Amino acid sequence: MALNLFTRKTIEPIPAIEAASLRSDRFRLEREGDWRRLDEIVTALEKGRARRIADADLMELPVLYRKTASSLSVARETSLDAATLAYLEALVRRAWFQVYGPRVGLAGWARRFFGGGWSAAVRDLWLDICVALFVMVAGTVVGWLLVAQDDNWYYALVGGMDGGRGPSASREQLLETLEPVANAQGLAAFAAYLFSNNAGVCILAFAMGFAFGVPTLLLLVQNMALLGAMLYVFDQQGLLWPLSAWLSVHGTTELFAIMLSGAAGLHIGRAMVFPGQRTVLANAAAAGRRSAQVMAGCVVMLVIAGLLEGFVRQLVGTPETRATIGGVMLVFWLAYFILMPRRRDADEGIAR
Amino acid sequence: MNAATASSGQRHLTRSRKSRERELVTPEGLALPLTLASRGSRVGALVMDLVFLYFGTGLVLLAIVMTGINLFSKEDASSAVEALEVVLILLMFLSHYGYFLFFELGPRGATPGKRLLGIRVAARDGQRLTAEAVLARNLLRDIELFLPVQFLLYMAFAGVSSNGVMGWAAFVWLMIFLLFPVFNKDRMRAGDVISGTWVVEAPRVKLAQAMSTAPDRSRDYRFGDAELKVYGEHELQVLESVLRQDNPEAMREVMFAICRKIGWEAGGGYEREFLEAFYNALRGHLESGMRFGKRKADKFS
Repeated sequence: MALNLFTRKTIEPIPAIEAASLRSDRFRLEREGDWRRLDEIVTALEKGRARRIADADLMELPVLYRKTASSLSVARETSLDAATLAYLEALVRRAWFQVYGPRVGLAGWARRFFGGGWSAAVRDLWLDICVALFVMVAGTVVGWLLVAQDDNWYYALVGGMDGGRGPSASREQLLETLEPVANAQGLAAFAAYLFSNNAGVCILAFAMGFAFGVPTLLLLVQNMALLGAMLYVFDQQGLLWPLSAWLSVHGTTELFAIMLSGAAGLHIGRAMVFPGQRTVLANAAAAGRRSAQVMAGCVVMLVIAGLLEGFVRQLVGTPETRATIGGVMLVFWLAYFILMPRRRDADEGIAR
Repeated sequence: MNAATASSGQRHLTRSRKSRERELVTPEGLALPLTLASRGSRVGALVMDLVFLYFGTGLVLLAIVMTGINLFSKEDASSAVEALEVVLILLMFLSHYGYFLFFELGPRGATPGKRLLGIRVAARDGQRLTAEAVLARNLLRDIELFLPVQFLLYMAFAGVSSNGVMGWAAFVWLMIFLLFPVFNKDRMRAGDVISGTWVVEAPRVKLAQAMSTAPDRSRDYRFGDAELKVYGEHELQVLESVLRQDNPEAMREVMFAICRKIGWEAGGGYEREFLEAFYNALRGHLESGMRFGKRKADKFS
């Protein structure tokens, strides 16, 4: 046994084919060299060392894979050597994962994603986006109406953390909250905080879609009612326009992202409730992969929204400039989603 | 050989393994058997991953905080402190959402915890595992894991009664997600349903020695047809595992069992030689039957 410790690392030579007395073992010894070669290549690929594999080996990977796969099917019919069968099954499985594994790297994926995959996925969700938009508008209206009836609703919706923007605040106090800051100190951290917070909410809205979309809708209504309440308070002091401009700088991007994540959540919820011609599982999987693309895009949008909110909104002063920036962003997103053509290979990721 | 004496625990084990076996048809038309990962190994992998994740994040956090304290003592370093703050916030976000994503997108389709336990993520339909699928399955971790755990911790500190009916309703709701894999036969969690994936065993098996390269002893031991007819493939494979384990005690026991069955007089001393000869003869016999389309599953058939 002690000797084994040292000899284990060395590769055992394959015994001569004639040494085996059984036909099935001779079959195995004839092919064992190929199997070991495939094993080495696959191990290197698994370890992410594709560059260290010789070109000749890499070229021959599909051939070796097919040879080994056919060895397995022959061995199943002719050999009763359980250990060899187990080895072949594991090896073919591992090779299969590598041969049919994802081929694009991060850069390739990003090119496909921004070059049409994302916009196509967004367009596929049009119905859910309409529903989400409707729910968001309804939520805003509800928030407005509730606070219009009774000021106490404002505190119930917003809670204590309104940053001095309550119904009791004077016009000057409200205006002050919209003022830009003098210098950029601390804005980067603020932007990062806004991003991580908003992205967390968006991912939550998406994930909750799994419960047939109902919690997603509730989350949208709750968040938008807050907006409606704030709009009402500022409107009472005749400050609706400055507030809207102040919000629009990042709001057009951020609310767009929230709408998309809500729509993505609804999409998976809807896919499970109304699977149509396919099974629930197949439909849920297709919907999930499609919405995942939209969600990856949402995170990108929220990075931009965080920067806009953290820096641009705090540094740009007049409502007109703010509204222009917000408007340009909105037009940009709409144009990108509607006009960016679907790539011919963009569907590969979600095709059945 | 003595399958009848297998303990009920073993039988239960094989049954639970049977229920986890699935088949995947490759594009070559080859049916590849897959074994779903057991729930135990998935929980184990998750726990390990969380330990790695929080330990790693904790170390980096510590480094950042130490640097921050150092910077604070100097004058006018507020922009550097702010940069650290940004790094801190982004790190928390990335560790929360990026850890599982990053590793499962790699060539092994597994996080370090999964890799240690020999399991990986695979597409349920036999197609390639796409980035979108990995993304989808990990976006749902929020409601499956982080939210319930936060809620449970909160309840443990604040007490359930402080939330009344709503607290219990939220508890039940969150438990549905946490316990989702227990309630379906493919052991999918909610994220697996959404992304069309499942978690399978992906062990690395070493190729064992060929059995029949041992010295040929068909002259010393001659087995007739009647003697080889007694056993089937199952017994052959049990014999194979006994030979590969090479435990003298077990080999002795098996030799006596075989000799009793085929009516030979068992003598001590040459257990391995006898069993190797019998194994080769039996395998040759069964494999030649296979070539003619006759298979014998075990001694009862």
